[in-house]
Amino acid sequence: MQYNDHKIKELEEKAKRIRRLIIQMLAKAGSGHPGGSLSATDLITVLYFSVLRHDPKNPNWPERDRFHMSKGHCCPLWYAVLAESGYFPLEKLWTLRQLGSILQGHPDRRTPGVDVASGSLGQGLSVALGMSLAGKIDHNDYRVYVLLGDGEIQEGNIWEAAMAASHYKCDNLCAILDYNGFQIDGKVKEIMNLEPLVAKWQAFGWHTIEIDGHNIKEILSAYEEAKNIKEKPTIIIAHTIKGKGVSFMENIVDFHGRAPTKEEAEQALKELE
Amino acid sequence: MAEALYQRDIYGKTLVELGRSNKDIVVLDADLSSSTRTSFFAQEFPERFFNFGVAEQNMMAVASGLASCGKTVFVSTFAMFATGRAWDQVRNTICYNNFNIKIVASHAGVTVGPDGSSHQALEDIALMRLIPNMKIIVPCDGPQTRDAVIAAANTAGPFYIRLGRPKVLTVENKGEFKLGKAQILREGKDIALIACGIMVQEALMAAENLAKRGIMAAVINLHTLRPLDKEIVLKVAKETSGIVACEEHAIIGGLASSIDEVVIENFPTKIVRVGIRNRFGQSGEPQELLKEYNLTSSDIENAALTLLR
Repeated sequence: MQYNDHKIKELEEKAKRIRRLIIQMLAKAGSGHPGGSLSATDLITVLYFSVLRHDPKNPNWPERDRFHMSKGHCCPLWYAVLAESGYFPLEKLWTLRQLGSILQGHPDRRTPGVDVASGSLGQGLSVALGMSLAGKIDHNDYRVYVLLGDGEIQEGNIWEAAMAASHYKCDNLCAILDYNGFQIDGKVKEIMNLEPLVAKWQAFGWHTIEIDGHNIKEILSAYEEAKNIKEKPTIIIAHTIKGKGVSFMENIVDFHGRAPTKEEAEQALKELE
Repeated sequence: MAEALYQRDIYGKTLVELGRSNKDIVVLDADLSSSTRTSFFAQEFPERFFNFGVAEQNMMAVASGLASCGKTVFVSTFAMFATGRAWDQVRNTICYNNFNIKIVASHAGVTVGPDGSSHQALEDIALMRLIPNMKIIVPCDGPQTRDAVIAAANTAGPFYIRLGRPKVLTVENKGEFKLGKAQILREGKDIALIACGIMVQEALMAAENLAKRGIMAAVINLHTLRPLDKEIVLKVAKETSGIVACEEHAIIGGLASSIDEVVIENFPTKIVRVGIRNRFGQSGEPQELLKEYNLTSSDIENAALTLLR
């Protein structure tokens, strides 16, 4: 499929802006998870600003497409796209992780645009499956998107859900795997190898699409392809770089769960100008 | 003689009844639909029933996804797997979101019988009682199972309803069922026997025997453990010499603990606990097991006598 260059450029700029918000938010909060937020930024920016059928002024619109962030620790990314979409004022971002904030350390229903809380890993694919089944019962044609982490899919619950989603032929369900190759303790392939990953999902009855998770064109075309797959769920296995966009965070496991210092944030923002 | 019914049968029939009037009711099971009787609903409403195979964690989290889209979800399996296997899902994805999900678990307690320890949940109430937002009902018989299921369907938020495996005798003259309001089945000023589930029947028998000795025992059916009827617990605490707490569950974390907590903070009195003491279950016939684990009417009677001594 052909995408116009202007649109691509616009989404690239948007992703850069989202990355800046993530850095600013985390630096202000003093804790949180930059690595996986930055690796999934392009995937989720494209979703919210080009794919998702939603209305930020009416977050409970029954016809809306659903999005769920199963890897809940990357919520700074979710909060940034929600604020940027207009679900709540941008200033709220500076309250991340504070007592009484609508922006909790992990996703929570007190945030406009968040339907189901997450944080305890491995449950979000099931949640998305429930949303998918509800759509089928109601003959509502919304689609359901769910972001999974690569470390997260070591949870058994994920594979229970994977089996059930293909059993129930959930073609309105699209999972997005942020395959950045790192988890808290180190490289995924050293901690608990996932490969052969495409074969695993295919064996569970899923349609798989492998892409470069930082290439806007490939991301757009993957979402488009997923929409047209019938009788089975789709997973977009997106190869990404942990900490993408900030040179000193890229592929550095320390930034899985450490916020940038003031100086680091300044440096990062310079790189993201 | 009162009739004996399977609570599970009543549950299955009530679900069908509810399913007819409420199109938003969805039912989930994990390969035990013939035992839990959700199969009745599956037959009538196949488009609103989902079997997830032997995968309880997935089932619980799927329930949350459905509930987030406006469904009232009934989820069933054995008590052991509903509460133990999927506790994290129940805590973080059902209760934290305060979703309209009703966990109706069968096969609780030692009366599961020959299947033995791995299938006899003795800690399930404790596990559910710890979680904010969760409401808990332990119906004492068949008809009360229907009341409990209807109350859960009509009340927002998560519920845990605990059912047993064998047939249970219907308790006569209980009066109206009200969520969170205990039922006084027998008046008495000497001692109070507070029970839930199948132990209500045992407590009534114990009271009958105590009466023969001239001891007047009140019998309370504390069917709702959350929200707890503190008023009635404190009333009998004040009016009698003490309380015998009777449950087919560990003495930690269940009915006895619920009573202890209220009494200790408001009106300390003597409490003797009839329940399972730091043991796992085992194979045997239900009646044999009730005896082995000191859960019979004569155990309640002895507990009452000990308390009054």
